[in-house]
Amino acid sequence: MIDWANVILQGVLVGGLYAMFAAGLSLIFGVMRLVNIAHGDLIVLAAYLALVTTETLGVDPLTSLLIVVPLMAALGYALQRLVLNRTLGDDLLPPLLVTFGLSVIIQNGLLELFTADSRRLQAGALEVATFRLADGVFIGVLPLIQFVLAVLVIGALQLVFYRTALGRAFRATSDDPAVAQLVGLDNRHVFGLAMALSLAVGAIVGVLLAVRANFDPAIGPARLIFGFEAVIIGGLGSLWGTLAGGILLGVAQAIGAQLDPGWQVLAGHLAFLFVLAVRPQGLFPKVRG
Amino acid sequence: MSAAVRVEFANRASRVGMVAMALAVMLLAAAPAWGGRDDLRLLAEIYAYVALASMWNLLAGYAGLVSVGQQAYVGLGAYLLFALAILGGIPPLWAIPLAGVLSVGVALPVAALIFRLRGHYFAIGTWIVAEVFRLLASQVSVLGSGSGLSLPAGIVTSIADTRQMREFLIYWVALALTVAILILIVLLLRSRYGLALKAIRDNELAAESNGVDVTRTKLVVYVITAFGTAMVGALIFLQKLRISPDAAFSVNDWTAFVIFITVIGGIGRIEGPIIGTIVFFLLRQTLADLGTIYLLMLGVVAIVVMLQAPKGLWGLIVERFGWEVFPLERRVVIDDPREGNP
Repeated sequence: MIDWANVILQGVLVGGLYAMFAAGLSLIFGVMRLVNIAHGDLIVLAAYLALVTTETLGVDPLTSLLIVVPLMAALGYALQRLVLNRTLGDDLLPPLLVTFGLSVIIQNGLLELFTADSRRLQAGALEVATFRLADGVFIGVLPLIQFVLAVLVIGALQLVFYRTALGRAFRATSDDPAVAQLVGLDNRHVFGLAMALSLAVGAIVGVLLAVRANFDPAIGPARLIFGFEAVIIGGLGSLWGTLAGGILLGVAQAIGAQLDPGWQVLAGHLAFLFVLAVRPQGLFPKVRG
Repeated sequence: MSAAVRVEFANRASRVGMVAMALAVMLLAAAPAWGGRDDLRLLAEIYAYVALASMWNLLAGYAGLVSVGQQAYVGLGAYLLFALAILGGIPPLWAIPLAGVLSVGVALPVAALIFRLRGHYFAIGTWIVAEVFRLLASQVSVLGSGSGLSLPAGIVTSIADTRQMREFLIYWVALALTVAILILIVLLLRSRYGLALKAIRDNELAAESNGVDVTRTKLVVYVITAFGTAMVGALIFLQKLRISPDAAFSVNDWTAFVIFITVIGGIGRIEGPIIGTIVFFLLRQTLADLGTIYLLMLGVVAIVVMLQAPKGLWGLIVERFGWEVFPLERRVVIDDPREGNP
């Protein structure tokens, strides 16, 4: 019984990270109906940027966020303005193929630069620190920090979306890009900002994950898939829904892993397919895709 | 003196094109007489990519179903072949069509599930299905779990007695399968499904409002694609003689390359994947030493083509010369005796 409590707790805490993958995807889908297939690879890119930062400057991973987050945001803005804006339109194919090509480019570029070896960010004593919640139930300090950060990030995104001028611009272009332009918004700039925000969140989760688990250049698609599953389970367009989706996915994986180590990822996929079968609109749907 | 009106598929370019294609197929069928072992292997690989890219083109270019998970059916076909041959004792060459048919049985429930996802989300959904297949395959211990297995020697020699004859036989089957798949696609596109597909390709909403059953048409294409892709997958791994989950369900080998080939050659046209495959192999034979850089460059080329010439190389040729190798488009021909055939 205690075992299972621990397992589910771990799943919930990992779920926060999955929710952050999902929030980045959900954000740009909401604003410009773009699904970024390279999202997972960009998250891995952020992890490598953090690796280089920590090794050259000798700072710890959490401090490296101060450098990695602005860098990824700038990259996101440039990517959107220079490449992705040109793919947006009625046709689904160009954005999909261009981001898919981008994914292959990032993976192979990282492979060329950093080899296929698994890497990890070192966070020192923080990595193993735990405290006791109840008899036999322990929480790692690091996973807890990560989960709290995930909730804060999603809450902040929610605030940005519904309480700021930027959020108003996001919602306006999402509702009707043509009218948004008529009232003076520069859609290309708004889309650029949305991608910058998406990759800033991606950078945070990339670094957090790199402290928690090994990463290598080929792991991006798995990240993308977890984020995507959290989006669909939670319901399109709902940020708090993605948190619920992430947690459900995390718990499903933790339970699967407890039953048989080979079942961890599979259990998550099956949970996703199950939700798709019985409730295709997700748990907390907001917009229809 | 009344002018007779007919509808024709062929024009001069396509008649010349079809004769050239027929000659090329005959020349290629005779390859065992003029080529060495390496040539045969390379050619068979080229056929496999022509077939895979043509199927993906049908799916994405015509039906608008952009899948990044076709490796699901390559791997499924391959694993079915190994299972049928090793566990069922079925002759491997017969296991190829059987693997295709069984894959249809898998594709139907899969489609019922992932057709709930639209557009971009459909794409990632197909990828998840492929991942599920890969993870399930690595759980099957009789088929070697995660590390895979080789086709036992007894089964290999049952194909033909000598190694040379085996290679010839597999080569011919590869050529025949690709030709059959191309013919199947041409016939499909000339049928009423083809008209519906082209309407969907050009404007899905307009097609639906004109009475095209869009979902049904897409389902037909999805299932046909699964059938063809699985047979090609089975053949690829019959040639390799060894299978593992990572190789059989590789997203790079069976989807990334296939997408790049189709985009570079020209998406939404039958000739596109053929041109694309030729370009792909020319590049590979010259740049293969570069390894990962090669894949990276291919990604860059595909992005540039998508942004600058979204119809691909063959699209440029069609715009410039109006060539069409495969007779697909309906043309109204008015026979006027005074002027002869226009």
